[in-house]
Amino acid sequence: MAVAFDEMNEPGGDVRQAYQELSRWLKETPPEALEYRRHEAELLFRRIGITFAVYGEAEAQERLIPFDVIPRILSGKEWTLLEKGLKQRVKALNMFLRDIYHGRDILRANVVPDDLIFQNPVFRPEMNGQDVPHDVYVHIAGIDIVRVDANDFIVLEDNARTPSGVSYMLENREIMMRLFPDLFARHRVAPVERYPDELLSCLRSVAPLSASAEPTVALMTPGIYNSAYYEHSFLADKLGIELVEGRDLIVKNDEVFMRTTEGLKRVDVIYRRVDDDFLDPLTFRPDSALGVPGLMSAYVAGNVTLANAVGTGIADDKAIYSYMPDVVKFYLGEEPILKNVQTWRCREPQDLSYVLDHLGELVVKEVHGSGGYGMLIGPAATKATIEAFRDKLKREPEGFIAQPTLALSTCPTCVTSGLAPRHVDLRPFVLTGRDRTTIVPGGLTRVALKEGSLVVNSSQGGGTKDTWVLDE
Amino acid sequence: MLSRTAENLYWLARYVERAEYLARTIDATLRVTALPAAYIGKTNEWESALLTAGVSAGFYEAYPEANEQNVVEYLSFNQSNPSSIKNCIEAARLNARSVRTALTSEMWDTINGSWIELQEVWSKGAKTREELARFLRFVQETSLRFDGSAYRTMLRNDAYWFSRLGLHLERADNTARILDVKYHVLLPEEEHVGGPLDYYQWTSILRSVSALTAYHWVYRETLKPWLIADLLILNDTLPRSLASCYGNLVRNLDQIGVAYGRQGPSQRHARGVRNRLEHSNMDDIFQRGVHEFIQEFISDNSRLGEIITKQYLI
Repeated sequence: MAVAFDEMNEPGGDVRQAYQELSRWLKETPPEALEYRRHEAELLFRRIGITFAVYGEAEAQERLIPFDVIPRILSGKEWTLLEKGLKQRVKALNMFLRDIYHGRDILRANVVPDDLIFQNPVFRPEMNGQDVPHDVYVHIAGIDIVRVDANDFIVLEDNARTPSGVSYMLENREIMMRLFPDLFARHRVAPVERYPDELLSCLRSVAPLSASAEPTVALMTPGIYNSAYYEHSFLADKLGIELVEGRDLIVKNDEVFMRTTEGLKRVDVIYRRVDDDFLDPLTFRPDSALGVPGLMSAYVAGNVTLANAVGTGIADDKAIYSYMPDVVKFYLGEEPILKNVQTWRCREPQDLSYVLDHLGELVVKEVHGSGGYGMLIGPAATKATIEAFRDKLKREPEGFIAQPTLALSTCPTCVTSGLAPRHVDLRPFVLTGRDRTTIVPGGLTRVALKEGSLVVNSSQGGGTKDTWVLDE
Repeated sequence: MLSRTAENLYWLARYVERAEYLARTIDATLRVTALPAAYIGKTNEWESALLTAGVSAGFYEAYPEANEQNVVEYLSFNQSNPSSIKNCIEAARLNARSVRTALTSEMWDTINGSWIELQEVWSKGAKTREELARFLRFVQETSLRFDGSAYRTMLRNDAYWFSRLGLHLERADNTARILDVKYHVLLPEEEHVGGPLDYYQWTSILRSVSALTAYHWVYRETLKPWLIADLLILNDTLPRSLASCYGNLVRNLDQIGVAYGRQGPSQRHARGVRNRLEHSNMDDIFQRGVHEFIQEFISDNSRLGEIITKQYLI
């Protein structure tokens, strides 16, 4: 594997423009001072209760995501490019979804194969012919971006269902500003704090026609045992909306109401952080205790807007991912600004045989997997694991894709021995409302804290960093 | 507000209040049992502590004997006792987590911060008297800080009123339970058969509702059992008296009624109980029987809890 691109230090020893001030500051700051503030940051996180749960670990029900105090910095120019690319990509995702559940031009033009849609468990036939307000399906998108050099941003994954992590973007900044006022004073960092306002106006802008002039928005959570519960309560608080669980809602005459101390109150827009499968036991999984019976019929009747829409999983599926450059070209007639990672679709015999021959070099992912689970990182895997994957691939090739092992860019990060480069990715959050798309400058930077590790997922020992976009 | 949110706020306040009350009870019992036997007679104070906490039946399923070690363990840390201090704090934190959006950051900070600190006590236990005393003090301080931060930082709206309802309902229940267990030492002079031994019982009662100093300020007298009963039942200047709790319950329910534009069964019921307290004097109560009076109050009070739940919380 090639040496990774470091976002601060050039191979020759020069410091890249955006990091110059930080680099100077790091030289002036004694290691003890850094260590002290790092400790302080951890205390703050624990005190505020910013925790997440790891499924299957009873004793560690609430854990902290490690926070790294060294910010990750993007120049204004880099951000402008990224922003343009993200807007383009999300626009195409929305057009794709509208098309898949309506005319299906893209299938007739043979850009995407039919069976990838119709045989896909995340395709929702309930959405066929169903109009959604202003044709917005993905109101909140989290697009995972990686860098391998100074010039390109590459999309690793589109998250169009219920992307999480935005609370870390906001809290990380809050804590950094508390702990490092001096460092902020030496930079012009674009603020992220208007995200909740943007989100609320985005959600209100897509209220159904039958809603009142002041539509009621609620955030629906699976409950306190969900791994992202902290984020749900955090956002509901910042938005000033009710945090509801399925049992707080009731459907009457195809309208959704919440049970309040003053009786039933109509809900117009639900920012739901519950997966499609669990939304409505009458339509989807009958064993779901998290959902609301009849919610889908209210949705189909157009009396409530769900954000994101039902059925968006078909757009962020890893098998569909490999077609995204063509999808962008098909709908927008433009070249994609953000690149895709080269992807072998194991469902195609030619690709499969290449993948089987190169398992030791590739990353193999489950098409429907997420959270960094169920993937093979060839160069880091043992022979036995590789062979196990080989069997899985042969048995069910359509369940997998493969990608080259990318040398993700690195950023300086606090480790026990001082500062060392660690691999990072970036998840910016793209909001699409009735008539505009907004992206707060920044996002969630995840960092793989183990030396050499490429897995940034919090469930697998990843941490986070504050992401700075310089206002130049 | 969401019914579930109101319910969580209500129970959060109840659990914190209950934890404090249990800590006070243990504290007061430790003091009285530390006295030489000649001062306290043959009564088993640990047995009374269980009764006032209302967990006697569950206790004897787990332990053969009500002695200090067993009762302290059961009331403080026992996992299978739903009302142990530990379970109250855990339940309070769980409720707090469910309604974080309705809490001020100060309230969350208090409950979460205490919960974090108590994790160590849970795992290590309180092995010495000093450790136990420190733990009991910490629990009481947590309740004071929580209550104080609610008082100082919450918006005066339904969220606040519902949490106050939980607090006062629980308080009234606790005070009534002490009276229920100890009424026999509070009878008027000619009726009760105790002697100077009871003096320590009386101070113990007052201590468990933090009213020992208050008594002297109110009555400027040595301890007289009927005055203690008067203080705990009818004196509305004492925050833990039944009268004071019902004054607060009526006030908070009225505020909810005004804000929502309608009254209901819980307003009526609370007013009924308060009126009965207002129109009673100790002579009548003794005449009719303290025990009966308290029993009736306890059942009225838990009835109010049910009515509030039905009217607002589900």
